[in-house]
Amino acid sequence: MSGNFSLQGYKGKVKELLLSVGVDIGDEVRIVKDGMVYEGVLAPRVEYGEEGYIVVKLRSGYNVGIRVSDGGIKIERLPARREVRYKPPVIPRARSNLPSVVILGTGGTIASRVDYRTGAVTPIFSADDLYGFTPELADIARIDVETVFNIFSEDMTPRHWSTIASRIGDYVGKGVDGIVVTHGTDTMGYTAAALSFALRSIPIPVILVGAQRSPDRPSSDAALNLIGAVTAAAKAPFAEVVVAMHGGLSDDEVVFHRGTRVRKCHTSRRDAFKSINSDPIAIYRDRRIEMLTEDYRRRGCREFRVEAEFEEKIALVKFYPGFDHRVLDWYVDNGYRGIIIEGTGLGHISGRCIQPIKRAVDSGIFVGMTSQCLWGRVNMNVYRTGRELQAVGVVPLEDMLPETALVKLMWVLARVKDMDEARKLMLTDIAGEIASRTSFRWYA
Amino acid sequence: MASLDYESLGLRVGLELHFQLATGSKLFCRCPATLSESEAKIRFERRLRPTQSELGEVDPAALFEYRKGLTIVYEADDRSACLVELDEEPPHSINEEAVDIALTIALLLNAKPVDEIHVMRKVVIDGSNTAGFQRTCVVALGGWIDLDGRRIGIQSICLEEDAARIVERRGDRIYYKLDRLGIPLVEVSTSPDIRSPSEAGAAALAIGRIVLSTGKARDELGSIRQDVNISIRDGALAEVKGVQHLSLIPKVVENEVRRQVRLLELRDELRRRGLSKSDVDPTLYDVTDVFKQTQCRVISAAIGSGGVVYALKLPRFRGLLSWELTEGLRFGMELADYAAFWGRLGGIFHTDELPAYGISASEVEALRRAVGANLEDVVVIAAGSRDNVEDGLKAVLERVIVAFDGVPEETRRAEPTGVTRYMRPRPGAARMYPETDIPMLIIEPRRIENLRSNLPELPSIRVKRYIEEYGLSRKLAEELVNSLYEDLFERVCRSFPSLPPSIVASTLIETTTMLRRRGVPVDQISTDRFYELFRFLAEGRLFKEAIPDILACMAGRGIDVSEALEELKLKPLTDEELKTIVAEEVAKSGELISKHGLNAAKIILGSIMRKYRGRVNASRLAGMIEDEVRRILP
Repeated sequence: MSGNFSLQGYKGKVKELLLSVGVDIGDEVRIVKDGMVYEGVLAPRVEYGEEGYIVVKLRSGYNVGIRVSDGGIKIERLPARREVRYKPPVIPRARSNLPSVVILGTGGTIASRVDYRTGAVTPIFSADDLYGFTPELADIARIDVETVFNIFSEDMTPRHWSTIASRIGDYVGKGVDGIVVTHGTDTMGYTAAALSFALRSIPIPVILVGAQRSPDRPSSDAALNLIGAVTAAAKAPFAEVVVAMHGGLSDDEVVFHRGTRVRKCHTSRRDAFKSINSDPIAIYRDRRIEMLTEDYRRRGCREFRVEAEFEEKIALVKFYPGFDHRVLDWYVDNGYRGIIIEGTGLGHISGRCIQPIKRAVDSGIFVGMTSQCLWGRVNMNVYRTGRELQAVGVVPLEDMLPETALVKLMWVLARVKDMDEARKLMLTDIAGEIASRTSFRWYA
Repeated sequence: MASLDYESLGLRVGLELHFQLATGSKLFCRCPATLSESEAKIRFERRLRPTQSELGEVDPAALFEYRKGLTIVYEADDRSACLVELDEEPPHSINEEAVDIALTIALLLNAKPVDEIHVMRKVVIDGSNTAGFQRTCVVALGGWIDLDGRRIGIQSICLEEDAARIVERRGDRIYYKLDRLGIPLVEVSTSPDIRSPSEAGAAALAIGRIVLSTGKARDELGSIRQDVNISIRDGALAEVKGVQHLSLIPKVVENEVRRQVRLLELRDELRRRGLSKSDVDPTLYDVTDVFKQTQCRVISAAIGSGGVVYALKLPRFRGLLSWELTEGLRFGMELADYAAFWGRLGGIFHTDELPAYGISASEVEALRRAVGANLEDVVVIAAGSRDNVEDGLKAVLERVIVAFDGVPEETRRAEPTGVTRYMRPRPGAARMYPETDIPMLIIEPRRIENLRSNLPELPSIRVKRYIEEYGLSRKLAEELVNSLYEDLFERVCRSFPSLPPSIVASTLIETTTMLRRRGVPVDQISTDRFYELFRFLAEGRLFKEAIPDILACMAGRGIDVSEALEELKLKPLTDEELKTIVAEEVAKSGELISKHGLNAAKIILGSIMRKYRGRVNASRLAGMIEDEVRRILP
């Protein structure tokens, strides 16, 4: 590390002090202050830490912060103790008769590794890294890994969805048996919906997978999720886009949720993802994939094509008491082509919004209604407000999830301009996002 | 046994004392920091995976546990555990009250607080932490205590989460309760400056008193856990975990020193016999057939469920497996402990102690023939599934090889008898990395100055105060300060000013000592129960003569003071009852009274006290008897 002098995280006077002593991250140091001797390795400083502190990893393994501004501090660089080299894990050889699975990395907690010396999180780039923390994969499939990009999922845009879809298209063309996409959990539901629409008649399973707990933790949900996902990609009978995550608090089940019906419903639990207004389609347990329904698309040769354009000027607007209807005017005046409303109850908003909505519809903007209740079906015939909204042209979107409706509208309006056609497409079930019956089993 | 010369043996002892804090909530969440007795409301299972260290290596014991397919079952109730304990939510900010207590302890121990606290993750995958790591931070470094003119150095004071409570282990499932997980612990680690068993006990007591003087550390049984690190020259570091009671520490040190000395003597004996490592035969012999008809239940059960019996031959080892290391521990038992850990076996059998356990002399003969062993050789056998038996005997073999070098470094556990037993191999260098979910905490000089000006009294000051303020004798005051009951004593005296402090103190010190000597588990009585006892005393609902019996009755059982009174029938007699009894007794004692006159009152007192001791105030009774006798006297 010496000669590099990156001094990651250190700024100002402290950085000058360290530079003057010629010491860098990873060097052995002895710091004496107030009669106390601190010996260990110079550790990096995190970005948001206060200036004026030096971090040392003591021989015991503990980190401490030492305040420099008190003065009377003496820093000395010590000779290196021993060369610490990372020994990569022994890579198990996958048998050649196993199914072939491609893992596309887009980022997220699941695809990261921790540098134990610094605590820094680094992305996993290779299959070797994945085998490192989940060696069982070698018994399940022959795996290739490609990093498509590595970003926080909240920074993703529809253009990223298009990129992922087109990479998937390429691999389908190469004849792989299944595809796994690692993804940050925050917006994994949106991407899953997007791919469900963009991959027309996909002949193999596409499994999105994430983790709520990073893989550096022994308790991480990453390994089981990944094993379930790769198993499904290798041999599940379904050919759909799904999200694979823990089914409960125990490390025993991975549940596969249809991409158009799945939603992240908890900030932190490992079973945060739920299917809403639908059953999950399959479950992984005891090393097997069990289907939970007969109603699914099977694997097989078909007319597969990628249609991955998304219109970005679509808005998702959540209604609430006191909502300022002029927000809707803003969308109209700024060239938006579609608005999905998350209304209350059966699909309602305040009567004050009816005129702005009429204005939107009349200017050729598609306005669709979903419910912030999430569960249940929108019905705008029951109450007067609903009927009035329909009269001005709002399209009730049945039992579709608001987030899914947003993504679907982006996809629909990228390919049609006519509002009647758009309405027809929005109300046609393309990938399981809309159903004509609601089971009494589907609720929380 | 002859007493040992610890100095020439080069004894070095270090202590790691863990104190549970009595804070309002846990260290990284707002659950209450108390153990729960309510039923588990949820149960879930996890597998904890060994992760790689920065060297790309995996901790061997951890990998071993994982491959053996250990499933961890957690039980929690929702009063004492939240999503943080379930590893379903990131930790909340660190409990500042706990930080202040830890800093106070640091100041009392002359240690230097760090400028900025960094919480670390210390990887642990035996299941005792749901996240697979313990959150821990160093709060202060250095320090010392003075012990009879010698200075014992302190290495560090750390603040960390307590672990989940193990409930039981059944086959490949291990059960934990989550109520204790997350309770703040302060760990005080000394330098290995301690040089004798009695010094170890004294150091633990001195540090314990200092920590408890903050008034913020729990003092019930189980809330102070003591680990002792012991080594002698030519021996090896033994990390002894979980010494239950302070008073056991000197005994543990002494036993461990003896054990190591005897292991070195074993090594020498091996040399004397002309044996070397290459003489040890690594072959595992299948001797299942020898035991087809055995009366030994363990072996026949193993064979019955499809298992095997394998044997190991140790040439010219005769007598070495029954080599006594300390009282109650023989070398053969050490080997059995290794077999138990690595092979999950209940135990092993060896020819130094056979025939026994249902294994016949003829079976022993057949066994020797089967492996080609003569009477000078020892044969070790194990029964169970093939995998377990192989793993277990391989571990035995490795331990035997190490015996040629002397003493292995180990982690051992302390038994209530003071003997240590092998627990697991010493872990690799503690794998610690920053806990990035918790921001670093700057410790401002102002905070330290504040704490410094509010430090609790040192023990010597308190002795003086107890003498002056409460009128205790010096002896009782010193004993009180040496005990764990000070806080309780002051609470009781302040709440019940009608009680003479010396009675409170002597109950807490002398009565408990007397009961402890009788084997009564008086340390298991909670402070709340003691407080209740004194309240009853103050309210006249029991008499002080009843106290020893009531304590003995409550100890180790979940009953309270009124239940104990009921059970022992020690409720004070009402005035009515007393009058009746006195009248009856005096009426019966006509002869006595005519003979001795008023002095008969004393005898009558004695006989009533024999029957009703603990239910009556002696001096009041005496007065009543005198009055009655006087009434009768002509």
